[in-house]
Amino acid sequence: MEIVYVYTRKRSEFGRPCSFSDRPAKVNVDIPPDPSMASGFILRDPVDSYVQHTSDMSEHEVNTERVEVESRGVNHVEGGWPKDINPQEVEQTIRFRKKVEKDENYINTITHLGTLMEHCVKQNNAINIYEEYFEEEEMAEAEDEPPSAKTINVISKLTSFFNVLLSKRDPNVTKRTATHLSWHPDTRKKLAVAYSSLEFQKNMKDMSFDSYIWDLENPNKPELVLKPSSPLVTLEYNPKDSHVLVGGCYNGQMAYWDTRKGGLPVEVSTVEVSHRDPVYGAIWLQSKTGTECFSASTDGQVLWWDVRKLSEPTEALVLDITRKGLLENALGAVSLEFEPTMPTKFMVGTEQGIVIACNRKAKTPPEKITSTYSSHHGPVYALARNPFYPKIFLTVGDWTARIWSEEHKESAIMWTKYHLSYLTDGCWSTVRPAVFFTTRSDGTLDVWDFLFKQKDPSLSLKVCDEPLSSLRLQDNGCVVGCGSKLGTVTLLEISSGLCTLQRNEKTLANAMFERETKREKILEARHRELRLKERARSEGQDTEVEEKPAESPREVLNRTRREFFEVIEMELQRRAQAETQHLRGKVPGVGRTGNRSRDSLPRGRGRGSASAFQVKDRAGEEVAAAQREESQLPKDREEEEEEEKDAT
Amino acid sequence: AEVEETLKRIQAHKGVIATIVINAEGIPIRTTLDNSTTVQYAGLLHQLTMKARSTVRDIDPQNDLTFLRIRSKKHEIMVAPDKEYLLIVIQNPSE
Repeated sequence: MEIVYVYTRKRSEFGRPCSFSDRPAKVNVDIPPDPSMASGFILRDPVDSYVQHTSDMSEHEVNTERVEVESRGVNHVEGGWPKDINPQEVEQTIRFRKKVEKDENYINTITHLGTLMEHCVKQNNAINIYEEYFEEEEMAEAEDEPPSAKTINVISKLTSFFNVLLSKRDPNVTKRTATHLSWHPDTRKKLAVAYSSLEFQKNMKDMSFDSYIWDLENPNKPELVLKPSSPLVTLEYNPKDSHVLVGGCYNGQMAYWDTRKGGLPVEVSTVEVSHRDPVYGAIWLQSKTGTECFSASTDGQVLWWDVRKLSEPTEALVLDITRKGLLENALGAVSLEFEPTMPTKFMVGTEQGIVIACNRKAKTPPEKITSTYSSHHGPVYALARNPFYPKIFLTVGDWTARIWSEEHKESAIMWTKYHLSYLTDGCWSTVRPAVFFTTRSDGTLDVWDFLFKQKDPSLSLKVCDEPLSSLRLQDNGCVVGCGSKLGTVTLLEISSGLCTLQRNEKTLANAMFERETKREKILEARHRELRLKERARSEGQDTEVEEKPAESPREVLNRTRREFFEVIEMELQRRAQAETQHLRGKVPGVGRTGNRSRDSLPRGRGRGSASAFQVKDRAGEEVAAAQREESQLPKDREEEEEEEKDAT
Repeated sequence: AEVEETLKRIQAHKGVIATIVINAEGIPIRTTLDNSTTVQYAGLLHQLTMKARSTVRDIDPQNDLTFLRIRSKKHEIMVAPDKEYLLIVIQNPSE
């Protein structure tokens, strides 16, 4: 139904001024209700209606803008002087002061305050109210404290919520993994973090190449932004000169920064002579000039550089364990280890799970590789020597962490159990020889203290949900920083129980290492003996059966079981014969000998004794029955079999 | 003259390092320290005293601040506030 109102005007009257006038109201349209339309509706009866006697409340959400705080200094200038007095002019200020001093109010006030003040001053002089009693009794029993660690800082940015802990995250949109951390050698307040995306061919266009140096006092903004030409995989402070850093890039180049000179690298190595794969390890060397470093990469080379001249490496080594120096055979290096106390030796962990120990000062390149340790099923992500016992080193890879002794090349002396997630990084504690840290790909940080507990970590902390990719302990041993896959670096403070040297700890740890090494040596020697014996035996006999290089455990078990039972049977027979002679004189139907064991069939060597008794009964029974045909005993045997069936 | 005497007496006590008198605007009237330090103390302590006083009065409007003592590792700063003036004494407590 359309309601239309038509307004007409002559064309000649267009543009004429309008003159409005009042008019009484006039009904233009009147639409009466149409009862016939009521049939289109249903009468509602009853009608539910509710009333609530409360105030109406509505919910609103407000998202406040994140406030950026910045520390600034304030220059305090003298102020407060009345307008006519220039504070610089000594005369004017003196005059002003004198004027004030003449004021009566001033005199009264000062006298009054003076007495009050004197009272307090005298109080202070009379007795030291904050005296510290019992100062010597601070010998804390740190052993009783359960190990713990608390997060002191989380380095991130771009947070939508504000924690009590300040956040230190990667300020870019595309999250990159924090692949390497390096603490500032002197102040401990600065942390250099290398960010890069290590996923194969996942480099997005807008991913920035920067890496940052963070100052712990200011976790919102990095102190310095390092801008390499390609993302940094590893970054290290020079332990001698705290302004210099060296970084290994994703494209294989090496770059060197001086923090005094800003964020661009001072020098970058030339592409042709650098690595061809990301540089996974870069460490400074001990040298007189303090400018030497070396790097390792998955292209199989270890290169030595002098940072003053990064145009070509000073030395190169190909990680070929066949010692032929062929690049094709070389193993890719994933971690690098160097101990300043042993400047000629270093170790490289490879992608193939082998750890190569090398000697830098060897004459010919093949001799540089001194020994190899076949350690893990996958890449060796971390390699660290124990700072107290350099012969012992830790390797972290696949699902375990293993401890090795240099002398023993066949197997690790100690290892952790197989975890459910990959272990990504590890390092020893710098203050306690028996403590080391590992990070896992489920975001957990484990602290292992093997003088306390050997099977499990003594402390296991879930740091974040994403995998942790790197770990670095500060030199004081109390603060550890771990970097995650999304670029968050978390700093944790370890409880003092885990970072103070316990009594006898050094000797205990040493003893443990020696014991384990000895054990492995003995086991290995034994193994070798057995192998030699078997080989000699099989060579001596002309059997068609080839020498089994490795029997499966099942076969070993079966064989051992068989041999065991054979021995038992023989013994039983002998004893049964003696028994039957003894039993001839006894009343038949005497209770059984031996224990009734509820186990059914013998399973495993541990149950050997129980099964031996059962077997003995059975054998005894059979022999006795055969010899005497007692009705009692067969029944007993049936009973036993029934019971066995019940037990099964 | 009385003022002089009072201040001299306070200064003469054992352990007292400095005495400063500042007015309500934070201008040091009388001081035994050099100018820059005095100005620093004056500005900072003035603000702190105001804040402390307002805190006390917020909690109980009938109350008022009579004395403020700040003990730090090195020494103790004592502030005696008044409506118009502030008397500050820095003392090294008995050690």
